[in-house]
Amino acid sequence: MTTLADSVAWIGGHSVHVPDGPVALLLDRLGDYMYAVSAVLWVLVTAALLWAVFRRRAEGEDPNDPARERRMQRTVTLAVAASAAILFVFLFLSYDTSRAMTGRPAGEPLQIRVTGHQWWWEVEYRDSLPQHWATTANEIHVPVGRPVVFDFRSSDVNHSFWVPQLGGKRDLIPGQETSLWFRADTAGVYRGQCAEFCGYQHAKMAFEVIAEPPPRFAEWLVQQRDTAATPTDSLAQRGQLVFVTSPCVMCHSISGTTAGSRIGPDLTHIASRRTIAAGTLLNTQGNLFAWITDPQGLKPGTRMPATQLGPKDLAAVVAYLETLR
Amino acid sequence: MTPAVGVDPGEHAALERVWRDRTGLWGWLTSTEHKSIGKRYIITAFVFFLLGGLNAGLMRAQLARPENGLIGPDRYNQLFTVHGTTMMFLFAVPIMTAMGLYFVPLMVGARNVAFPRLNAYGYWVYLIGGTFLYVQLLLNTGPDTGWFSYVPLAGPGFSPGKRVDTWAQTVTFTEIAALVGAVELIVTIFKNRAPGMSLNRMPLFVWAMLVMAFMILFAMPWVASATLFLAMDRLIGTHLFNPAEGGDALLWQHLFWFFGHPEVYIIFVPALGMVSEIVSTFTRRPVFGYPAMVLSLITTGFLSFSLWVHHMFVTGIPELGSSFFTAASFMIAIPTGIQIFCWIATIWAGRPRLTVPFLFILGFVVTFMIGGFSGVMIASVPYDQQAHDTYFIVAHLHYVLLGGGVFPLFGAFYFWYPKITGRLLSERLGRWHFALWFIGVNLTFFPMHLLGLRGMPRRVYTYLPETGWGPLNLLATIGAVIVVLSVVLFLVNVALSRWKGSEAGENPWDAPTLEWGTTSPPPSYNFAYVPVVEGRSALWDRSPDHPVVTGLRTDMREVLVTTLLDAEPDHRHRHPQSTVWPLLTALSTGVLFITLVYTPWGLVIGIVPLTISFIGWGWPTERDHQEQLREEAAA
Ligand code: HEM
Ligand SMILES: [Cu+2]
Repeated sequence: MTTLADSVAWIGGHSVHVPDGPVALLLDRLGDYMYAVSAVLWVLVTAALLWAVFRRRAEGEDPNDPARERRMQRTVTLAVAASAAILFVFLFLSYDTSRAMTGRPAGEPLQIRVTGHQWWWEVEYRDSLPQHWATTANEIHVPVGRPVVFDFRSSDVNHSFWVPQLGGKRDLIPGQETSLWFRADTAGVYRGQCAEFCGYQHAKMAFEVIAEPPPRFAEWLVQQRDTAATPTDSLAQRGQLVFVTSPCVMCHSISGTTAGSRIGPDLTHIASRRTIAAGTLLNTQGNLFAWITDPQGLKPGTRMPATQLGPKDLAAVVAYLETLR
Repeated sequence: MTPAVGVDPGEHAALERVWRDRTGLWGWLTSTEHKSIGKRYIITAFVFFLLGGLNAGLMRAQLARPENGLIGPDRYNQLFTVHGTTMMFLFAVPIMTAMGLYFVPLMVGARNVAFPRLNAYGYWVYLIGGTFLYVQLLLNTGPDTGWFSYVPLAGPGFSPGKRVDTWAQTVTFTEIAALVGAVELIVTIFKNRAPGMSLNRMPLFVWAMLVMAFMILFAMPWVASATLFLAMDRLIGTHLFNPAEGGDALLWQHLFWFFGHPEVYIIFVPALGMVSEIVSTFTRRPVFGYPAMVLSLITTGFLSFSLWVHHMFVTGIPELGSSFFTAASFMIAIPTGIQIFCWIATIWAGRPRLTVPFLFILGFVVTFMIGGFSGVMIASVPYDQQAHDTYFIVAHLHYVLLGGGVFPLFGAFYFWYPKITGRLLSERLGRWHFALWFIGVNLTFFPMHLLGLRGMPRRVYTYLPETGWGPLNLLATIGAVIVVLSVVLFLVNVALSRWKGSEAGENPWDAPTLEWGTTSPPPSYNFAYVPVVEGRSALWDRSPDHPVVTGLRTDMREVLVTTLLDAEPDHRHRHPQSTVWPLLTALSTGVLFITLVYTPWGLVIGIVPLTISFIGWGWPTERDHQEQLREEAAA
């Protein structure tokens, strides 16, 4: 079976230490200050402790000498004052970073709505013209250099949206509306993952952010707004028929067909996506076969049940899905 | 008050006759003696530590490799939930309370805790609650929504079945036990101190226990309301947390963390007290800056109630509100800093002896500091946007809980074990235990900081090989193996000591507090004569002809009650007999709570035995009556 490793590597291995864009950069810099200061303080206090334990003691030294007690009082007071001062510096840095992060992004932001589901992400690009709306899943395309504002909902339990290299995380809480913004400055694929425990398959609730130069992004969006391609070859045609007459339609939608349920991910342009099953498997023919036959084996507990399709129907459906670019 | 006299053997025998438990199993079941209850409390909590550790070991085994097939998501989710619940509710808080219930009466020179029957009840309730959780885990119906069980995941819609109810009810059992322990400690400390032990002479451990007890008193009602609301949503169809019906999912988080944050300080504050006692003993001088230490403990207690929102920085809480909690969280670092500096000053001035308890204290300082620093980092709203809910948090919380709680606790075990059993633990094995533990803990948890920053979320049962998290996870698992070895060494040490440990004598460490002024193990009545305290370091400051209290009756259980501030003798109090009713009441409580998990009718079914046992508990006995008459005649 093909795995994600066979495909492009994610930029920077989704580490917060390889930040991209203004938000993640600010956060990384704040982290660096705090690590450095903490490391120095840790070394100082540990050294003081070791010195206190191992210093040479004079013969007959009195552990309760009052003169020394006064000196210690001064030293301890000084140390406490210094700690408080350092904490104030941290506090200032923290507030300063917060302010810089939460300010409205410069430039006309792109608005994306993300809805959390157990265990996948629904992604909607809305527009003033409803026919320009586009819906996809588990893959978020963004234009390089333009701020993106997300507004989050959850359809079931709490989730948390997190792309370490692009910015912090935000919870998706039923009954609440939350939001977050970031900007990607380098083209490439970034990995994101659900961070709030959301049940059975929390571990396999990932997604990808694909940052593209604005013209490519615009092209992609136009293509995503289209209704699904009508299949031309006979196998795919049969696949479409099987699809719309099988239990698949109970959960999925493919625009331009009678499949219109929104319980599972929208499949209108499934073939254009890099992964399936929320960033779990690479979107290849073999993986599609495997997934449709045995989703519970690949992602135990997923809300998608195994489908009872015969081998011929299965092949047809896969062929059809592969035409949905 | 008269000067000390040699203890008259006749009096000894009389006290022993009045205070000791009945023998055999019946005696064990009916005991209300704080040392007997305390000992089994400590052992039970330690067994839960081992069980919680076993859960952790299984999780580490599963995470050692990417896409490991050892444990599936269902089991894994149960494991981390039961691990967290065990460690917080069945190990850490109970063992700290238990150490207090064993040692506080001894350290303040009392004969027993103030309400001995209630004390026994607390222990039995705790035991039943913990057992219930593990029976469910073994039946594969253990809770699986995490130790803070966020709704709506833990609500009726997404967690049908009885798993979450089990969790909520286990928590209820432990709430009751903790509240009972807190009441015991507060009253014993306030009213049963030996004459002369004014508040400003109380050992720091006793202060820490007092602060902890008050924190329990103020924190537990919140989790009690939270779990009650959850139970109502789940069992009788209310919608308190259901946004679809006008409830609020975020309300749970506020309620839980308003308890949950103080909870971690409930674990940490007693540990601070232990550190102070050990530092003082092994440097052979009082801890530097006693008033500052006491004020730090109290300040920590207060501040811990103003931090809860730092667990919710990514829920979209308004910026201004969050900033307040950042400042408060930073501030709580100061009292802890003060204590660390004061200990270092104490060590510097004193003559440190590198015994095993002292080694654990040194290990505590350097390990805990790492958790303290990462704590300051995640208290910053923006920094937390990255760290929240990742392995960085798992690292942080273990650095503070293991570094700040379990290191001092092991130190305390080595320190006080001889008092409890009369035998010393082996120093040589102890050093090995310490070394392996220190290396193992750091090897397990330090890499987790890096994993978190490299994007690994917490509570995942597996991860893809492409994430590159494999090697650091393997390292952490190797660390966990070393931790297991170190704990095994500790158990071996305990076993060997029981078998052939050297005799401890009254005061093997030359320690200053009162518990070291009686035999090891102490007699059932603790002190033949209640001591009179002449200074902050009771035994070191004792004059050659130190006075003691005489005149307490020896033909019945009688204790001295003293005043709150100055511990002036106030009156004598008749102390209750041992009885089986606390056990029966606990069993009825168990019936009530456990049947409630399965049906709301549990309330009706359970209330009957509970009422009967409460009546039995309060029923005056013939002996009480006779004694009353005798007392009246004497008056
Ligand atoms: C050396 C022994 C220990 C090991 C190896 C260990 C390991 C772990 C691991 C791997 C997790 C993360 C589970 C996940 O996110 O998937 C975890 C969570 C946790 N541990 Fe430990 N742990 C140990 C001791 C302790 C102790 C002593 C305490 C408390 C006093 C504790 C309290 C917790 C808590 C509260 C959680 C969070 C549970 C949750 O996410 O609901 N652990 N531990
Ligand atoms: Cu999720």
